[in-house]
Amino acid sequence: MNIFVCIKRVPDTSEAEVKVDASGKGVDSSKFSFDINDADNYAVEEAVLIKEAKGGTVKVVCAGPQDADVMIRMALAKGCDSAIRIDDPRVNVLDPLKVAKTLAAAIKSQEFDLVLTGCMANDDGAMAVGVALAEELGVPHAAMVKKVEVEDGKIRVQRELEGGISEVVELTLPAVITIQTGINEPRYAPIRGIRQAQKKELKVLKIEDLGLDENEVNEASSLIELQKLYIPEVVSHAEIIEGEPEEKAEIMATKLVKGGLL
Amino acid sequence: MGDIFVLAEHRQGELRDISLEMLTKASELAPKMGGETVAVLIGSGVDSFAEKLAGYCEKVLYIDDPLFADYNSEKYQRVLVELINGYKPELVMIGHTTQGVDLAPALAVEMKMPFVSDVFEIEHVDGKPQPVRQYYQGKVNANFVFKGEAPYLITFREASLEVPDASKQGKVEKIESPLKEDIEYRRFIEYVEAEVGDVDITQSEILVAVGRGVREEKNMAMIEDLAKAINADICGSRAATDAGWLPHDRQVGTSGKTVKPKLYIAIGISGAFQHLAGMKSAKTIVAINKDPDAPIFTVADFAIVDDLFKVVPKMTEKLKELRG
Repeated sequence: MNIFVCIKRVPDTSEAEVKVDASGKGVDSSKFSFDINDADNYAVEEAVLIKEAKGGTVKVVCAGPQDADVMIRMALAKGCDSAIRIDDPRVNVLDPLKVAKTLAAAIKSQEFDLVLTGCMANDDGAMAVGVALAEELGVPHAAMVKKVEVEDGKIRVQRELEGGISEVVELTLPAVITIQTGINEPRYAPIRGIRQAQKKELKVLKIEDLGLDENEVNEASSLIELQKLYIPEVVSHAEIIEGEPEEKAEIMATKLVKGGLL
Repeated sequence: MGDIFVLAEHRQGELRDISLEMLTKASELAPKMGGETVAVLIGSGVDSFAEKLAGYCEKVLYIDDPLFADYNSEKYQRVLVELINGYKPELVMIGHTTQGVDLAPALAVEMKMPFVSDVFEIEHVDGKPQPVRQYYQGKVNANFVFKGEAPYLITFREASLEVPDASKQGKVEKIESPLKEDIEYRRFIEYVEAEVGDVDITQSEILVAVGRGVREEKNMAMIEDLAKAINADICGSRAATDAGWLPHDRQVGTSGKTVKPKLYIAIGISGAFQHLAGMKSAKTIVAINKDPDAPIFTVADFAIVDDLFKVVPKMTEKLKELRG
């Protein structure tokens, strides 16, 4: 099978302070640590598992700056075969539809049977690129997949629905699926794989190399425009427990017991 | 022009809450846009849903056809393209749900519609709807403007507002399906019901909930110690169940369980909206997290902004002492 997996480099902001920069349209990312997006990490693992079971190749596609190479090499170390990185600041990354168009241009000139993406990016939470990518490629899709079975010329997937329920859907190949976290247990890259990854092909391309014109994917071409970013006013009615950690623990324990909350 | 289309969502014989939530938001907005709120319902055997929706909008357009017995994004897309081209609404709202995210982006590409996803608020500025969404798990808000021509498309976040009682008597109009034949390239096969575990957390009185901040499985011993001291059951965020610290049936949130315990102690959970939707109705919420900007504090009754590894063991010790 010819498999593609699309990955994104995202900041870990789970415990970081996020500040809007002077432009009002971006954030100060100088103190963030970056890594592969969670769901994309599961997508890489799923792609490699399918390759191991069915044979074929896995190509990584990423739209991002040079800093993303570390993460791409890690995917190669885990068993992906080659990579394409689209290094072009003209692509409007705030518009998932433009990212999808760019990724599609990188994929559609080649033979593909299955394309995997993560179902959601941690930073924008848009959940849009994979499904838009399917439409750009003109193939069927299924979003939020938590189980994949490859059959002859088709796949059966389980899509996660609300409340713990799933649905089984069958797609004819080629197809695009967006992978939900928890579908597998992403492996650690073996030392041997890390050495081999350095020798694997990582092509760095501009949009023209993909046959795209900048007016198809740049900010001016987007049908939406970010007007402003701002920190939401946090409306909290919480009682804030003050003191040293031990004091806070004791105060809270006392409130729970004496306040009849248990 | 000026009308708002709201795609009603239903599954396994139930109309989903997001449908009425979107109609409520659309009813606020439509008068400003000089239009009406139109519910679009696609299904099989859905007369009763059409009646219910009519209480929240000016018009229900519905297709009742065995072709749509179960949701299929490809079939919905074929139908919506025809309806949108035919009726020309100004705004189309689809739920930011497992159904909506599987449909809306492809529809946007096919119809070249200006599209913003996971919108939780829609303002009306300079005669146009203006969607508001978030970045970085709720830490930053973003206002977008639609540049292109209407119709505009958004997916709307679940549980963003309260739904009032029905107050309208919309016209119900049954229409023929523009799609006449089934499609082959995507087929619905069956539903798989949720796993049933040893503890039903929806029935628990006290829950201790863990998230990414707990870092690794070995730290669960500290959590179990606390839970035992107060007779609590343990549940967690998606991060905790994905990591394998807890079985999947202990996950709280839109993709897991919705819980309403007497006491919910959230430890190392930042509070993505998917999680908050599953626990914000708990009677008392205690949140322990070292990030003061964590959205979990927006729903908490008691906030401890500190290192959980310093707070939790001490709290357990004190609880044991006080409870004898």
